[in-house]
Amino acid sequence: MKELLSGNEAVARGAFEADVKLASAYPGTPSTEIMETIGDKFPSLYAQWSPNEKVAYEVGVGASVGGGRALVTMKHVGLNVAADPYMTHAYTGVNGGFLIVSADDPEMHSSQNEQDNRFFAKFANIPMLEPADSQESKDMVVMGYEISEIFDTPVLFRMTTRISHSKGIVELQEPTEGTNKKYVKDSSKYVMIPSHARARHIVVEERIQKLQNFSEETLLNFVEDNGSKIGIITSGVSYQYAKEVEPNFDYMKLGFTFPLPIKKIEEFVKNHDVVLVVEELEPFIEDQIKVAGIKVEGKKYFGKQGELSPYRVAEGFHKAGIIDAVKIAEIGVEKDMFPRPPVLCPGCPHRGAFMALKKAGIAVAGDIGCYTLGVMEPLNAMDTCVCMGASIGNAIGMEKVQASDKGTVAVIGDSTFFHSGITGILDAVYNNSNVTVMILDNSITAMTGGQQHPSTGKTLMGKDTVKVDIANLVRALGVKRVINVDAYDYDQVLSVIKEEVATKEPSVILTTRPCVLMPARIMDEPFTVDLELCTACSACFKISCPAISASDETNKHDRPKAIIDATICTGCTLCAQVCPPEAIMLKSQFVEA
Amino acid sequence: MSENNYAILIVGVGGQGVLLASEIISETAMRVGFDVKKSEVHGMSQRGGIVSSHIKMAEKVYSPTIRYGQADILISFEKAEGLRALDWMKKEGVAIVSQTELIPAIVTSQKDLHYPENPVEKMREKANRVIAADADKIAAELGNPRLVNTILLGILSNYMPFPTELWLDVIRNRVKERFVDINIQAFNRGREVKLSAIEA
Repeated sequence: MKELLSGNEAVARGAFEADVKLASAYPGTPSTEIMETIGDKFPSLYAQWSPNEKVAYEVGVGASVGGGRALVTMKHVGLNVAADPYMTHAYTGVNGGFLIVSADDPEMHSSQNEQDNRFFAKFANIPMLEPADSQESKDMVVMGYEISEIFDTPVLFRMTTRISHSKGIVELQEPTEGTNKKYVKDSSKYVMIPSHARARHIVVEERIQKLQNFSEETLLNFVEDNGSKIGIITSGVSYQYAKEVEPNFDYMKLGFTFPLPIKKIEEFVKNHDVVLVVEELEPFIEDQIKVAGIKVEGKKYFGKQGELSPYRVAEGFHKAGIIDAVKIAEIGVEKDMFPRPPVLCPGCPHRGAFMALKKAGIAVAGDIGCYTLGVMEPLNAMDTCVCMGASIGNAIGMEKVQASDKGTVAVIGDSTFFHSGITGILDAVYNNSNVTVMILDNSITAMTGGQQHPSTGKTLMGKDTVKVDIANLVRALGVKRVINVDAYDYDQVLSVIKEEVATKEPSVILTTRPCVLMPARIMDEPFTVDLELCTACSACFKISCPAISASDETNKHDRPKAIIDATICTGCTLCAQVCPPEAIMLKSQFVEA
Repeated sequence: MSENNYAILIVGVGGQGVLLASEIISETAMRVGFDVKKSEVHGMSQRGGIVSSHIKMAEKVYSPTIRYGQADILISFEKAEGLRALDWMKKEGVAIVSQTELIPAIVTSQKDLHYPENPVEKMREKANRVIAADADKIAAELGNPRLVNTILLGILSNYMPFPTELWLDVIRNRVKERFVDINIQAFNRGREVKLSAIEA
């Protein structure tokens, strides 16, 4: 049977076919849909959202030690969080097969950096698979579990946005019966005290030698001989781009990219006049080949930044002198186009918080989620954003050196708070910080598309569970001042921020309005603008609501008056609260003159 | 464009239904027997930002994304976004542009930014085959603004070698039962919108 599947859906299908017993993850673009697909389509496979990638990884390790095949999935920066168990996992090895999906994001479509996680394979001495389309994404998952169990090692499964989020036709197989290993207590293998770990490090080195041999033999690394004197060594989506540009070169297509099949590569290079390595981001493959004393080129023609594309690969081929001039687009680029950056949705409860923070002129240490959009003009109310949970530590440090005479506030979402904010609060309490933390609780993991988390009351598999009470949790951490505010009450939010920032002890402000999109769409009565009263002062434009735009009517200075799109206005009231002439009112209260 | 090789780029603004349209096209192409790949970006770009979906179909498809200047068909759910994406298109390609106008808040609040005047005319200066579709108006006549999607698919179907019945079958499987009839009407209204004889 054939189905059109995304790379992520194909990984989920692969896990099902490989009889995986447990999958755990924290959501992160572009990896999120793997777990969502498992939850939706394969309920026989136990799947869970963990509070962060480190815990997700450790849960997976437990399942593997216990004998079940385990899958953990994360975005590239998620593996930074899970790096602690990951690095030592190379030493312990596995019982049930273990796959780590790292979905990298070249071009940073939805990320803070574009680190190349292939280095994590080399760093930890863990073998790596890189699929190049949806079919391979499924098939390589199934093979990955076999490799994991045969070589007693975790396997890094490295995807990128274009693999995760592209769809292709996939031939499905029936699920196999897994290996169902038994749990056997083995402290010398699973308890990494120094004496055990020293012995295991030797095992790691021996294993990597065996994997090196496997890499030379496996069909995951294959050569396409088209009789060309030009050879291309490539992996992942770069293979597709290169084939699109010039299908008739010879190709060495690598699917098992750590350890590299150096002998095979040497042979390939010997048989060609020119060999180029085509890979996205860092010269991971190229540098290892060069270290082995084999002459290849690559990065200097393709660059390290951003995604490759058929166009960029064609440009690189041309620079390298192996194809004629690249035909550029016949229709020129339209210059002078306005930008269309992502914005907070109409009715988004984060808007009120950022309006107040901007008004107060306070330094804002930001964090990762939809609310990072608070940095965009015209709100422009965020000063730092580095990684998950960083806001609280950043704010503590900024406040200790008195970076801003108006005070410092950390802004963090509910899911991000559970991910890595709890220890930040503990730091603030323990170290007598005066920092104020705003937890923007919209009761969902919104940015990644609405996943459950520890205070939503539901699990990934849709079961009811406890709702962790954030206010009680921060009180238990030692915060005495915990204040709930209504995110739609601008004056209240502003006055509470001012009061808490002035207070000489740590405090938490909790905003309490749900996301307007998820889990249910919230649409209250829309507002409208009385154009007779509107003075075109532009106060409502500055709150950056997509429902508000310029009308055709202007004031005497030719400035546009405002109009509200009733089909997308959720009736949050914020624009009406900041309208000086009170020209914005509920649609039902508007009486046309 | 040849009989066995199509590259279609769909652009619009987050929330307009670009992804559903590209799902339907890809599914239809697969059932016709093409190899199909499609690619789009999720996540931050969806929050009112630009959304684009690349669809490729051929006997064998490699890259899931289209090469600059190689789209046979450009479908835009918003008129200025059609202009922005024009350079992805082949000179002889067909552009299907909904007359929908969505001016972002940033353009309203910043004086130095401007929404282009008459973007469809600007497109016609550079491309010969541009269909300005009153998809919003047709959807309003049919009583549901969310039908824009299906109307644009109806227009597209005039330029694709797929049997109408197959399109309708895929649409039937993709929409809720109570919306099937109105979507079929929308598709058929779209089929009436074509390039004029001169442009074709």
